[in-house]
Amino acid sequence: MSMIETDHLTKYYGKSRGIMDVSLNVEEGEIFGFIGPNGAGKSTTIRLFLSLIYPTRGKALIFGKDCIQFGAEIRQRIGYLPSEVFYYEGMRVLDLLQYSASFYQKDCTQRLHELADLMELDLKRRIDDLSYGNKKKVGIVQGLLHQPDLIILDEPTSGLDPLMQQKFFNLIREENKRGATIFFSSHILGEVQRLCNRVAIIKEGKIIDIQDIKTLQKNNYKKIEITAEGLDEKRLCIDGVSNIQKMNGTISFFYKGDINAITQLVGAEKIKDLTIENLNLEEIFMHYYE
Amino acid sequence: MNIFKHEFSIKLKSVLTWSVSIAVLIFVFMALYPSFAADKALLGDLLTSFPKELLIAFGMQDMNWYTVLGYFGMLFVFCQICLAIQAANYGFGLVSIEESEWTADFLLTKPIQRSRILTSKLLAAVASLAISEACIWLSSFAAIAIFSGGEEIQRKALISLLLSMSAFQLFFLSVGIAISLIVKRVRSITPFSMGLVFGLYILNAFGGMIGEKSLEVLSPFKHFTPTYIIQHGAWDWSLAMISMAVALVSLIASYFLYERRNIASAV
Repeated sequence: MSMIETDHLTKYYGKSRGIMDVSLNVEEGEIFGFIGPNGAGKSTTIRLFLSLIYPTRGKALIFGKDCIQFGAEIRQRIGYLPSEVFYYEGMRVLDLLQYSASFYQKDCTQRLHELADLMELDLKRRIDDLSYGNKKKVGIVQGLLHQPDLIILDEPTSGLDPLMQQKFFNLIREENKRGATIFFSSHILGEVQRLCNRVAIIKEGKIIDIQDIKTLQKNNYKKIEITAEGLDEKRLCIDGVSNIQKMNGTISFFYKGDINAITQLVGAEKIKDLTIENLNLEEIFMHYYE
Repeated sequence: MNIFKHEFSIKLKSVLTWSVSIAVLIFVFMALYPSFAADKALLGDLLTSFPKELLIAFGMQDMNWYTVLGYFGMLFVFCQICLAIQAANYGFGLVSIEESEWTADFLLTKPIQRSRILTSKLLAAVASLAISEACIWLSSFAAIAIFSGGEEIQRKALISLLLSMSAFQLFFLSVGIAISLIVKRVRSITPFSMGLVFGLYILNAFGGMIGEKSLEVLSPFKHFTPTYIIQHGAWDWSLAMISMAVALVSLIASYFLYERRNIASAV
């Protein structure tokens, strides 16, 4: 079953663009990455899922139900970690978490304490006094304490130290094993690469690609570096070659296409050194945006 | 119920501050009454020497100063200003504070309908205002009993006047909510509430001075003029109905607007 299904989801803020014709499917049990630079429409999409804002056109179904009409019912099973930390003034950590838990039909006390222990959160402190990273942890516990079926993460790791990030990722993987579906929005590609099965790339409000993350790396571009004397880069200009750069006698470029075509071409040259590697997500991403 | 409790506990400190401040105001003013009463003649002369416009501006034109209720009615105008600011603060802040402090992302992503959120918040605000009003009821009766020097008072007039607080505050509460939902973002509550309260106060004073009836009709300070209520022992219903109608329309509009509101993101 699709946990999230959007159909030409479009949002304009007055005349300015939010997102346009976003259609995507997130299947049950997936960890779905959602990447794009700031202002591409990631948060807009997420806010539409949570009916914090209303679409101009199109619709989104979550758990197969319209996310506006059945908003309250759907949100019973969603955990959301916003990118910004927010909290009521003067509340203690435990007060806030209990307030959060009070909205759900199940008893969350045990899970609340488990998560707080795991994230090394001091429940007695006032939230105002916490550092940014610690506030972020409150956000994490708050979003997960009701064991949601769908976890929506909006750039969750900013402010967490690498150790905490690691813990957080393990936690997310565990939640995923338990059966939760994860929708993970980020502009930090490394973490998306580590965690996600599939990824959608959004640019200026439009989805430009949705792919399996392995396929994205494998069947996509290769990064080739050749060191050779007297090699003229013009000879390498065949279909599929792009982004040629020459530096200190080393030519590097991206290639997409039949790998034999390029090895034959390179084989004819007298070369000193050759590397062929998959692009990491960051490079793929940069390529999409150039 | 959880939202109600939460909202109410957040407001508790402010409720206490307002209640105590207004009670102190009442006691301080009433403490002066015995000396006023002793110099009735002198005071009468003093008042007639003031320009009539000034008296109208402060709602003192028809006031019978020499009775304890007449005096109380004069000071009650200041209570009304305080009550109006309190109610307007709660109104403007009711939902906008969640957006300016980004807690809307917390609250509105919980499994609860927006109409229920608004209802709970509204009830918490009404309860908070009711507590303040209860304090004022008590301190009014106490102060009058202490400082009236055994003078007879018209209970009915006093009760009508104190009852008007509820309708009066409801007006500012609901108009505040509605305006906060009409504008795109309320960054700071105080300018809005001060603007609304003093705007309407001045409208009433100004309308009285230039004798322009249509301006007064807009202001709840006119609808619930203490002088009128004390003299007649009842509200001026035809005007009071305007306040209550505006409050009702504002409330309905607030529900409508809140249900459809796009909650701006934090960044």
